[in-house]
Amino acid sequence: MELFGIAINVLDSTIRLSVPLLLASLAGLYSERAGVFDIGLEGKMLAGAFAGAAAGAVTGSAWAGMATAVLISVGFALVHGFASITHRGNQIVSGVAINFIAAGSTIILGQAWFQQGGRTPSLGEAARFGAITLPGADLLRGVPLLGPVYSELVSGHSLLVYIAFLAVPFTWWVLFRTRFGLRLRAVGENPAAVDTAGISVAWLRYRAVICTGVLAGLAGTYLSMAQNAGFVKDMTAGKGFIALAALIFAKWKPVPAMFACLLFGFLDALSIRLQGTPLPLIGRVPVQLMQALPYILTVILLAGFIGKAIPPRAGGVPYVKER
Amino acid sequence: MSNPYARLPGWADYGLIPLVNLLVAFMVAGLVVLLVGENPLRAAVILVDGAFGSGPGIAYTLYYATNFIFTGLAVAVAFHAGLFNIGGEGQAYIGGLGVGIVCLAFDHVLPWYLTFPGAIAAAAGAGALWALIPAYLQARRGSHIVITTIMFNFIAASAMVYLLVDVLKPPGSMAPQTRQFAEGAQLPKLTWMLEAFGLSLRSAPLNMAFVLALVLAAAVWVLIWRTRLGYEIRTFGFSPKAARYAGISETRITVVTMMISGALAGMMALNPVMGDQHNVSLDFVSGAGFVGIAVALMGRSHPAGIVPAAILFGVLYQGGAELAFEMPAISRDMIVIIQGLVILFAGALENMFRPAVQALLAGAGPRAAAVVAAKGGDA
Amino acid sequence: MAEAAIELIGIDKSFGAVRANRDINLDIERGTIRGIVGENGAGKSTLMSILYGFYQADSGDIRVNGMPAVIRAPNDAIALGIGMVHQHFMLVENFTVLENVILGAETEALLKTSIARARSELERLEREYGLEVDPDAIIEELPVGLQQRVEILKALYRGAEILILDEPTGVLTPPEADHLFRILRQLKEQGKTIVLITHKLREIMAITDTVSVMRQGTIVATRETAKTTVEELAELMVGRRVLLRVDKGAANPGAVKLSLRNLTIRDSRGVTMVDDVSFDVRGGEIVGIAGVAGNGQSELIEAIAGIRPAVSGTVMLDGRPIHVTSICDPGELRDRGLAHVPEDRHHVGLVLAFEQSENCILGYHDQKQYLKGPFLDGDAIIADARTKSRLYDIRPSNPRLRTANFSGGNQQKIVLAREMEQDPGVLVVGQPTRGVDVGAIEFIHRRLIDMRDRGKAVLLISVELDEIRSLSDRILVMFGGRVVGERGPDASEGELGLLMAGVEPRDAAA
Repeated sequence: MELFGIAINVLDSTIRLSVPLLLASLAGLYSERAGVFDIGLEGKMLAGAFAGAAAGAVTGSAWAGMATAVLISVGFALVHGFASITHRGNQIVSGVAINFIAAGSTIILGQAWFQQGGRTPSLGEAARFGAITLPGADLLRGVPLLGPVYSELVSGHSLLVYIAFLAVPFTWWVLFRTRFGLRLRAVGENPAAVDTAGISVAWLRYRAVICTGVLAGLAGTYLSMAQNAGFVKDMTAGKGFIALAALIFAKWKPVPAMFACLLFGFLDALSIRLQGTPLPLIGRVPVQLMQALPYILTVILLAGFIGKAIPPRAGGVPYVKER
Repeated sequence: MSNPYARLPGWADYGLIPLVNLLVAFMVAGLVVLLVGENPLRAAVILVDGAFGSGPGIAYTLYYATNFIFTGLAVAVAFHAGLFNIGGEGQAYIGGLGVGIVCLAFDHVLPWYLTFPGAIAAAAGAGALWALIPAYLQARRGSHIVITTIMFNFIAASAMVYLLVDVLKPPGSMAPQTRQFAEGAQLPKLTWMLEAFGLSLRSAPLNMAFVLALVLAAAVWVLIWRTRLGYEIRTFGFSPKAARYAGISETRITVVTMMISGALAGMMALNPVMGDQHNVSLDFVSGAGFVGIAVALMGRSHPAGIVPAAILFGVLYQGGAELAFEMPAISRDMIVIIQGLVILFAGALENMFRPAVQALLAGAGPRAAAVVAAKGGDA
Repeated sequence: MAEAAIELIGIDKSFGAVRANRDINLDIERGTIRGIVGENGAGKSTLMSILYGFYQADSGDIRVNGMPAVIRAPNDAIALGIGMVHQHFMLVENFTVLENVILGAETEALLKTSIARARSELERLEREYGLEVDPDAIIEELPVGLQQRVEILKALYRGAEILILDEPTGVLTPPEADHLFRILRQLKEQGKTIVLITHKLREIMAITDTVSVMRQGTIVATRETAKTTVEELAELMVGRRVLLRVDKGAANPGAVKLSLRNLTIRDSRGVTMVDDVSFDVRGGEIVGIAGVAGNGQSELIEAIAGIRPAVSGTVMLDGRPIHVTSICDPGELRDRGLAHVPEDRHHVGLVLAFEQSENCILGYHDQKQYLKGPFLDGDAIIADARTKSRLYDIRPSNPRLRTANFSGGNQQKIVLAREMEQDPGVLVVGQPTRGVDVGAIEFIHRRLIDMRDRGKAVLLISVELDEIRSLSDRILVMFGGRVVGERGPDASEGELGLLMAGVEPRDAAA
């Protein structure tokens, strides 16, 4: 029974840890499926986290925080779009730039506005997205097996957790059941086909990039306003890149992306849980190995040893009308 | 034909446009300074004064610049082959492991001038090996080198944390770092160089690695523009089809170029590890690998551009420290913003001002217009 | 007669200094099939792209169904009932047929009803025109002929009344092409107007009602198909250009230098580009391969030069085999005396960003004379470039000038100088005078003859029939990846033109 408790505990933190990855991964999915590579997820998430916490601290409203986070993240996404769609710049270079600008400006502005060494003030309950208790959770708590699973694993998360997991089927639906999704996938594969069908390639890609901004902003919001009670400098700590790895690992598909994020979240939860405790048979596994595992797995995938990750065909290439 | 932008005369392409881009980057940075309620002009004065106003200031500036020359050259060499090595950070980190091992083995036995060559070889070798896997995967299995090198940065970080915490840390010590090196693994400071100008170095860590960086800048120039290998690298970078036509192996060039790039990044570790802190510690690279991207973009991948660009970033790092001291609202992270803005405007948006500059030149006079037409008109 | 579906009035279009279309006037009657023929670069595709809104004309007017039309983007063309089947299909390869058909023509934000409507509409089109294709098939898994059918379905689904097909049979097998023609006839019977762009005269004769001939950007003639002949069209297409006769003596063929046996090449998609080709080239002769672009000539010389693998067959150089079935080292071939002037000098034969002197050693950069150990011998390379500039009259004579700043003719001379000055035993040349000014053409031709007279074997491919005729001692004609005939240098233009169009001369009378 104690083992069951541990399992519930680890799975619960798996969910919490995979949510920012999931939101960021889905964010990247929109942009990359439209043919705009985005290694600036980290930066947008960070900027969103800061903007959300800052606005939340000033206004005392979680919703105002979320709106600001999304707005700022979309702003960064539009800069990326401006460089890579309008000016046909190098998408990698643009992504790197955005990561730096976000990393630097969150600290500078945070320090200037709040004077707490780059932190934002701690957010009160009203300015955070607190845990939601689902109906019946308290009632079922006593039921063996099902009780803890429902009341601890399914219930008791913040709104953003549910949004993140609902965004998975929603993204799938948008991508495969709507006109926008059809065109978005088409422009990432063959922009010339979209152009000759009489659709604006640039406007379509801009809309994709805006979707990316919204979701990356939510990922940031979760970090600073749900998982934590405020912004701490560099709080994304590479999560944007793990999200990118998850996206590649999932071959740019929403449902597999969720599983990839859950896997990477689980590895993270496990490494926290296992810190120093030896495992049966294997012995003590270095925490760092667990932390590096998402990256190692992605490299192995990219090398084609476990399936083949084929990116959208027009990815990374600015569209120039053929002469 | 794939480049939709017409060509400009060389001086505009290599001088005017980067200057305009840089200026815009600094203007936007100035706006951020305004936003935090400080005077951008005063900030600029403090910055420049902090970097050049004193002997130690200059020495620190050049110390930081040393890091960026190494990493800037690393990124530039890969650029010449059309490869984007975003993994300089990880290669430098692993390079530090190479340096550390040689230093720990020989610092009690050999004088610095014998340890140094061994450490150089180890740093270069370790960095090159760390770049080898992504290079091989790109050449033979088509894995995108940008993504694999990013992944390798994180893998390097995890590996180094593990090694420093669990393996290299001396027993009984708390800090996750190696023991201090003895004198046999400490690079001499360049006191003489500054004294020649009547300046004092004091505690600033400017050391022999700076000289090595300058030598390597010259060596990279020779490599790219004066050797057969460099010729092959450039051919491949400009046109993979022409390279195949000329019998140049794609795999060989990708792997060799990335290993050279990784070696250059790896050697960056010599500067902080042997020249300043005399140990291998967590996070000693602290972003220099990424600054290399900005430096290479700004320096147009040419050593003659990279060295001044590296010094500019040295100014920002050193002057930025001074700035943080004088203006409490501004921390050293201001540099990170500027770095990002430089990458944005000199890299991703490099073509933004091109049409305007072109129009300006075309309007400037019949001669300039004729040059633009002659060069742009040839399809 | 029926009224015009399309009228083009005084259309002009330039790309930089190139005038792709000049003063085009064209009326196309409703319910007919109009052929537009012309050589490569005659301006056919540009004209149709203007009609489809991909480019804007510099001047001129378009009328559709008698009404003035402004076509600024494909959208406008689609709204006017114009549909286009591009030479390179505009399909999303990992989408289904249905998804491709509705892309851009979806009626609602949700796909469900659009897909349902498209499915029933496809069924109707299938019934009416015999356009069968599985609506749920993935494009990349379909053969090329069916992919093209999807393009036609796309246009019809959008209500196209006027259908433009750009070189539609280029990628089709003969049975597929026949099927396409049946479909086109049926479309015509339903009142659709069809514009067929091609350079294959057999197709023009087989299917069109009227035919317009384009040459150098203008329409030189329009004929009723029934009242013209293949010979007349071939002549109109090629034009009575002044033949640049090169003074040359009789060939003096020696030993076989280059020998191909049963060479077969497929492209990356598995389409056979060169099909069981065998021939010899002897020292002291120029063998020209005539053919319309895209009939396998390019792939053939790339395989011989070691930059494209063949599937099967052998190539012997001076009696010793070349490893053609894997990419072999072109450097090794150079050492063995095979020089290659590639067709695409901008991307293959030269690095435009290089200085002229650097391009003078491309491919030979590992030779001792240019090196000092691992270093390039700058002085030797510059001196070498100066010599070549002088010998080949390359202007300006400035070895440090970027290659992009040389004119097309001088760029080509840089390539030729590099390849010829190595004194190779075999020279493989692709399009030696494409985009080259008249003065340089003569010079280049003279040099090729000199090579021959010095006993070298020269294999020449060119889309310029004149060039083939004036230079070659023997002419091989390629069509559909095969060598379909061999003629002497005195073969008539008409005869070669027919062979190039895939018509056996004896069929032409029928």
